[in-house]
Amino acid sequence: MRRRFVYFALAALLALLAAACGGGSESSATGTSGGGNNESISGSVSLMGIWVGTEQQSIQAVLDGFKEQYPNVDVKYNAAGDNIVTVLATAVQGGNPPDLATIAQPGTIAEYARAGELQPIDFAKDTIAANYDDSIVDLGTVDGKLYSFLFKGANKSTVWYNVPVFNDAGVDPPETWDDFLANADTLKASGVPAYSIGGADGWTLTDLFENIYIRTAGPEMYDKLAAHEIPWTDQSVKDALSEMAKVLGDTDNIAGGTQGALQTDFPTSVTQVFADPPKAAQVIEADFVAGEIVNSTKAKPETGFNEFAFPSINDSPQLVVGGGDQVVMFKDSPAAEALVEYLASPEAAAIWVKRGGFSSPNKNVSEDDYPDPILKATATALASAETFRFDLSDLQPSAFGGTVGQGLFKLFQDFLADPNDVDGISQKMEDAAKKAYGNQ
Amino acid sequence: MSGASATAEPPVREAPPSAEPGKWRQYAIAAAFLAPAAFFLGVWIIYPMIKTIIRSFYGRDGSDFVGIDNYRTLFSSDTLVRAIENNAIWVIVVPAAVTALGLLYAVLTERIRWAVAFKTVVFMPMAVSAFAAGVTWRIMYQQEPDRGAINAGIGAVKGVFSPTGVLSEAAPSSDALEQQPSGALTLAQPLQAGDVALLGLTRIRSEEVPEIAQQAVEPESKPGEITGVVWRDFKPGGGTPGKVEQEELGLPGVTVELRDSNGEAVETAKTADDGSFTFRDVSQGDYTVGIGASTFAQPFGGVSWLGSKLITPSIIISYIWIWAGFAMVVIAAGLAAISRETLEAARTDGATEWQVFWRVTVPQLWPVLTVVFITLLINVLKVFDIVLAVAPQSVQDDANVIALAMWRTSFGGVSDFGLGSAIAVFLFLLVLPILAIQIRRFRREQGA
Repeated sequence: MRRRFVYFALAALLALLAAACGGGSESSATGTSGGGNNESISGSVSLMGIWVGTEQQSIQAVLDGFKEQYPNVDVKYNAAGDNIVTVLATAVQGGNPPDLATIAQPGTIAEYARAGELQPIDFAKDTIAANYDDSIVDLGTVDGKLYSFLFKGANKSTVWYNVPVFNDAGVDPPETWDDFLANADTLKASGVPAYSIGGADGWTLTDLFENIYIRTAGPEMYDKLAAHEIPWTDQSVKDALSEMAKVLGDTDNIAGGTQGALQTDFPTSVTQVFADPPKAAQVIEADFVAGEIVNSTKAKPETGFNEFAFPSINDSPQLVVGGGDQVVMFKDSPAAEALVEYLASPEAAAIWVKRGGFSSPNKNVSEDDYPDPILKATATALASAETFRFDLSDLQPSAFGGTVGQGLFKLFQDFLADPNDVDGISQKMEDAAKKAYGNQ
Repeated sequence: MSGASATAEPPVREAPPSAEPGKWRQYAIAAAFLAPAAFFLGVWIIYPMIKTIIRSFYGRDGSDFVGIDNYRTLFSSDTLVRAIENNAIWVIVVPAAVTALGLLYAVLTERIRWAVAFKTVVFMPMAVSAFAAGVTWRIMYQQEPDRGAINAGIGAVKGVFSPTGVLSEAAPSSDALEQQPSGALTLAQPLQAGDVALLGLTRIRSEEVPEIAQQAVEPESKPGEITGVVWRDFKPGGGTPGKVEQEELGLPGVTVELRDSNGEAVETAKTADDGSFTFRDVSQGDYTVGIGASTFAQPFGGVSWLGSKLITPSIIISYIWIWAGFAMVVIAAGLAAISRETLEAARTDGATEWQVFWRVTVPQLWPVLTVVFITLLINVLKVFDIVLAVAPQSVQDDANVIALAMWRTSFGGVSDFGLGSAIAVFLFLLVLPILAIQIRRFRREQGA
């Protein structure tokens, strides 16, 4: 009896061990290779994305469209949420990444591509080149191979304002930077601070800098700075910082003053503009501000809130700084390739566009598909911009450009605290950049 | 520990020392009983520990051996040194403060009625997860008194002593008005009888202007009087500062002061619905006209609890709030076990309550106090969740502690698993001696 128990215990232990070892070798079924017919492709494919809640329902609708075209492929969507960078890093480190994933930082994509973790998607190059602007193809190219394309875009060159406050102060949406700054004085005199700044989230500050820099220094310099071919101590950077200081240094004109701004997170920076009484007149942030306004305030489009394009500085042409989620492929299979091709198509994008809350950089998506005029305006500006550039901080090594409390995020917060120290802060940025690029 | 003593016993009772096969069987049984625990310990503790130590000698992506570089970075990078310093503050302040507070509560609750209710309230925070408690505290710590409960409380008390002015946000519209150090606004030019005073103010929201306000009118000069107007010097588009224009409303009910050349207040007047006011019977000489500081008294702006300077003390307060209940319950249990006779004897011998407490109660409680202190010491070294929950992102560097630094380095976007592992190993080494002391104490108590 006792002996039997020992055998039983040993058997149970072995079973446990076997189960533990078996967990790692799970593999997705591979489909029959080649073949033109959609039904000939079978297997399963997983997509890991940042979208949760209503956005998760929307991506699911897009994937349902894929399932209709490829009935024999199982598509599974994993919602990783805001932690996607961490979840992906852990999955890759553990050797078990998803087939496809979305990443918001081209810098991270380049790191993964150079480390050999990503599979090139050159097979879809024709589809992508036909549907997207060249700048987006360039963006997805690392060392001559295409690794990603921008699926969901964000237009970061927008300013959102409280319409009654603008009417009360008698100011119009400005077209030039000078008008913008003059408006700020008028708004202040009317009793409402002009700016709401979400300084607790460093990325709102880098977004503001990028919009100023691309207008004062031009897209070529922007690319050089993004690649760290010019130092952050360059005069062009200092000039842009000085322009930025005209906003950040106007302490009386910022809701809550400098200290208040440093503790204001992005959602609050939006809601306080549309609160009653309003704490500020306008917030400089991307098109996703609209979602925050609709979800968290009572303001209605056009009568309560509206947007204008980031004003031109020194006659700069129409420029859009943007961001967004890019699709990358970790594991190659016919099913994964089919999904990449599908997501790059206008049909896939149109499904989400009609559901709202989605700006497609795909230029073959009809602008009539957008459900409301404000979204149509920002999305069209994104897809048809004369010059589109990706968010500069997202192009940096993540330790420098994408980490909370470090690098650019932290240094721009320091700049917000002391906007007079242009020379000092640009030197600190250069030091941090050197260190981050050195570690790559 | 308990497993070892349990398996050591049966052979003594059952197996004869000479029977070799029986002994083998005993070992097999011992192994079978230990195996599940050993397996889980191995997979979730031993293996990750060894792997982490090895990983800490490799670089970011784990392919290149970097020796002790990660450990060098650990002690040279500003953010990590800051984390170590903060952790030192935690270790010095928190275990002592919590133990002292717990002792105080425990002794006091022995003497009050409703002790159970009081203890329940103090112990309640332990039932809440540290993260949830952290989120709650973060909301209470908000600077804006409209949002943060603590600043709202301070603001309410302050408001009683120095009420907010009716035009707290207002500012002069032109250089004609000067802001005095006291906060009062006065006209820069001295006035004489027969002059007109124009006090234009801006930065007043249109909704803040009282409904009875009427169109401002530029006052006429009258001999022997100083006439003037206080008005909202703003119309849509801005208007011309310093000039009374159409669409600009007077500010009713504002107290205007007339001061002589010595700065003494001679007369005050209240503005009418159109903002006009008059000082009659003004004698010879220079006067200044202005609006007193109380009109512009700022509302309480709130203490910056979550700012870079106060963040660590703020988090420590919330942590003490959570753990004081735990300390109180453990110490109260120890207190109940003390023999009353020793206390009675001390009192009979003429000791004061103070002496009884320090010379009789505390020495008998010493073992319990040590347990509480060491438990907190280990917890404080590993403190993580509440720091993450309370500190806003902009001050995470200032609030950083070792465990948070480890998490941020490995998973917070830096993705430097090598450096992260080095921080984890460092933290482990810090906890190790305390664990050793704890185990030795435990053994000694079991032996006794």
